[in-house]
Amino acid sequence: MSRRLALPYAFWMALFVVAPLVIVLFYALTTEAGGFGLENFIKLQVYVPVFLRSLWLAFIATVLCLLIGYPAAYILSRETPSVQNSAILLMMLPMWMNFLLRTYAWMSILEDQGLINNLLRSLRLPALNMINTQGAVVLGMVYNYLPFMILPIFTIIQKIPPSMTEAAQDLGANSRRVFRRVVFPLSLPGVLSGVTMVFVPSVSTFVISKLLGGGKQLLLGDLIEMQFLGGAYNLHLGSMISIVMMLIVLAGIQIMNRFGSREEVALP
Amino acid sequence: MKKTAIAVTAALLLAAALPGCASLGGSVSPGGSVSPGEQTPLMGLEAYLDAYPNIQDGPLYGTSINVNNWGEYLDESLNRDFRELTGVTVNYGFFETNEKLYSSIRTGGSSYDVIFPSDYMIGLLIEENLLLPIDTDLLGNYPYIMDDYKNTDYDPGNRYSVPYMSGTVGLIYNKAYVTEPVDSWALLFDPQYRGQILMFDNPRDAAGIALKMLGKSFNTTDEDDIRAAFDLLAGQKPIVQAYVMDQIYDKLESGEALIGPYYAGDAIIMMEENEDLVFVHPREGMNMFIDALCIPASSENTAGAYLYIDFMCSTEAGLRNLEVTGYTTPLQNVFDELDDEVREDPLMYPPDEVMARGEVFLNLPESTRALYNDLWSKLLSE
Repeated sequence: MSRRLALPYAFWMALFVVAPLVIVLFYALTTEAGGFGLENFIKLQVYVPVFLRSLWLAFIATVLCLLIGYPAAYILSRETPSVQNSAILLMMLPMWMNFLLRTYAWMSILEDQGLINNLLRSLRLPALNMINTQGAVVLGMVYNYLPFMILPIFTIIQKIPPSMTEAAQDLGANSRRVFRRVVFPLSLPGVLSGVTMVFVPSVSTFVISKLLGGGKQLLLGDLIEMQFLGGAYNLHLGSMISIVMMLIVLAGIQIMNRFGSREEVALP
Repeated sequence: MKKTAIAVTAALLLAAALPGCASLGGSVSPGGSVSPGEQTPLMGLEAYLDAYPNIQDGPLYGTSINVNNWGEYLDESLNRDFRELTGVTVNYGFFETNEKLYSSIRTGGSSYDVIFPSDYMIGLLIEENLLLPIDTDLLGNYPYIMDDYKNTDYDPGNRYSVPYMSGTVGLIYNKAYVTEPVDSWALLFDPQYRGQILMFDNPRDAAGIALKMLGKSFNTTDEDDIRAAFDLLAGQKPIVQAYVMDQIYDKLESGEALIGPYYAGDAIIMMEENEDLVFVHPREGMNMFIDALCIPASSENTAGAYLYIDFMCSTEAGLRNLEVTGYTTPLQNVFDELDDEVREDPLMYPPDEVMARGEVFLNLPESTRALYNDLWSKLLSE
C-alpha cells in the first residue's frame, strides 16, 4: 500500500530531478560537433581561478554567516515565544521582497555616490571604495543568506529538551560547560543544514557578483550563465561546469557529514 | 521496485526529450511550421482594418502577440493603442543583449512573434534559419523605409527584417572631471581615471572598441588582430570600474562613473538629465547599428506580428517612438515630420564625415565567434 502511495512521488522525482540531471550529464559529455567524452572537462582548466574564487568567497560568506548566525540563534532560543515570533518575523520580512531588489538596494548603499559615502562626505570623512569589490560580493551573500543559517540552528536548539541542560547542571557543569558539552553538540545538525543552505546558493550565485562585484571577476554562476544566456552559448560547457560544481559541493557536504554527528546528516 | 520505477520513467523521458534537444541545433524550416496564427491570412494593418471595420469581427480579435524589445526603446503606450486598434494584446518583454535574445530563441524556452535584434544578430539568425521571411509587399507602410536601409549586408534583399531604428555608439564623459578635449577611445584606457571607467559587458562591443584603437575593422577574422584587441582589454581591466550594459545609463547619469561607451540615442536623454555629460564620436571610428523588426520562425501569431510591424512603421508610432529614444529613424514619413533642429542634431543625424567613420557589425564565422567567447571569458576569469 505504502509503495503504491509513493508512486506519484517517484514519478515526480524521475520527471523533475532524475531526468534533468541525466540531460545535463548528457550535454556535459557531448560537444556541439557531436563528440562524446571528457572534452568539456579538459576545457575547464582555464576556469580553475573561477572555481577557486567562487569556493573561497562562498566559504568566507558561510563562515561569517555561522559566526553571526549561531549566537543570534542561541540568544533567540532563550527568549520568550513572543519575542521569538517577532524576531523571526523581522528576519523573514526582507525576504518577502524580491531578491534582485534587495541586492540593487545594496548597490545604491555602497556606491561611490551612494548612501554611506555621501554620509561620510557630509561628515568630512574620506570616502570608502566599497562597491565592485570582493568584500561587497561577500556582504551580498551574507545579507541574503543569513536567515538560512539562523533558522535551522534556532529550530534545533529550541528542540533540545530543558531536562538535558538541567541534568548537566545538576551534575555540576557550569554554564560554559553545559554549552560546550551538551547544547553545541546537540545543535550540530542545525549547523550542518545551515552551512549547506548558505554555501550552496553562495557558490552558484551570479546576480550578486554582477551587481555588487561589477562583473570584473567572474564567479561560477556568471560563467554558467554566460554559457546559457550570454554570448558564449555553449550549453555543453555550461553543463560540464554545473556538473563539476555539483560534484564539488556534494563532496563538501559528504566531508561535513563525516565531521558532524554520525546519526544526523546535513541533507536528509 | 521504487528504483526501477524511477529508472524506467527517466529512460522514457529521456527518449522523448533528447531528440527534442537535438533539434535545438536549428533545423527549423525557413517557412516555419504550421501555427495557429497562420490560419489567418497575412495582411498589412490598413488592409486588415478595411477588411474588418468592426474589430470584434476580425479573426485576430482577442489573440495576443509576444514582443521582445530592448529596454526604453519604444513608446509603450503604443502597445495599448495597438490593442484598441486591432484587438490584439501585446505581451511586452525585454532583452538586454543580442546574445541573450539569441539564446532564448535557440533554447526555445519562449515563443516570440516580434523581436528587435541588431544587424549582425539578424545575420546569424538568418544563417541558422531562425527567422520567418517577411512579405514586405503586404505591409502598407513599408515603402516609407529609406533606400539607405534596404539591401543591407546582413539581410540582402530585405527578406527577413524591417528596419526600426539606427544609431551610433560613442564615448560619453563627464566634463566636470575630464577637462581635456576628447576625441579618442584612448580615454577609456587612461590610467588617470582608474575606477571611473565603464566598459561594455559583451565581447563584440568591448573588443570592437579595442579593434578600432588598433586601427582594425570590427569584422576582422584575423586571429592575431583579435588577440591583440583582447590583450588591450586585459591591460585596461585594472582601471575599469565595472563591466555593464544598461547600467551604464544610470551610472554615468548619477556620476557614479565618469567615462563610458554608450549609444547616441540614449546619450541625448542622459545629457538632458545631467548637463555635465558630453558625447563624442571618436576619431578612430565607431559602431553604427540598425535594429530591425523580425519574426522568429517559432512565432505562433504571425498574422498579428505583421499588423504590429506595419503599425510601428506608421507616422504616428514612429514619431512617438522617437520621442522616447532619440535614435535615428529609417522611415521617410517620420523624418519628414521632424523639426529642422532635430534633423540637424549631430547625435541623431551625424554629418557625413562622422558617418564615414562608422562601421556596421557583421555576423562573424563560427570559429571567430568561438574565439571571441573564449578570449572574453578568459578576460573576465582572471
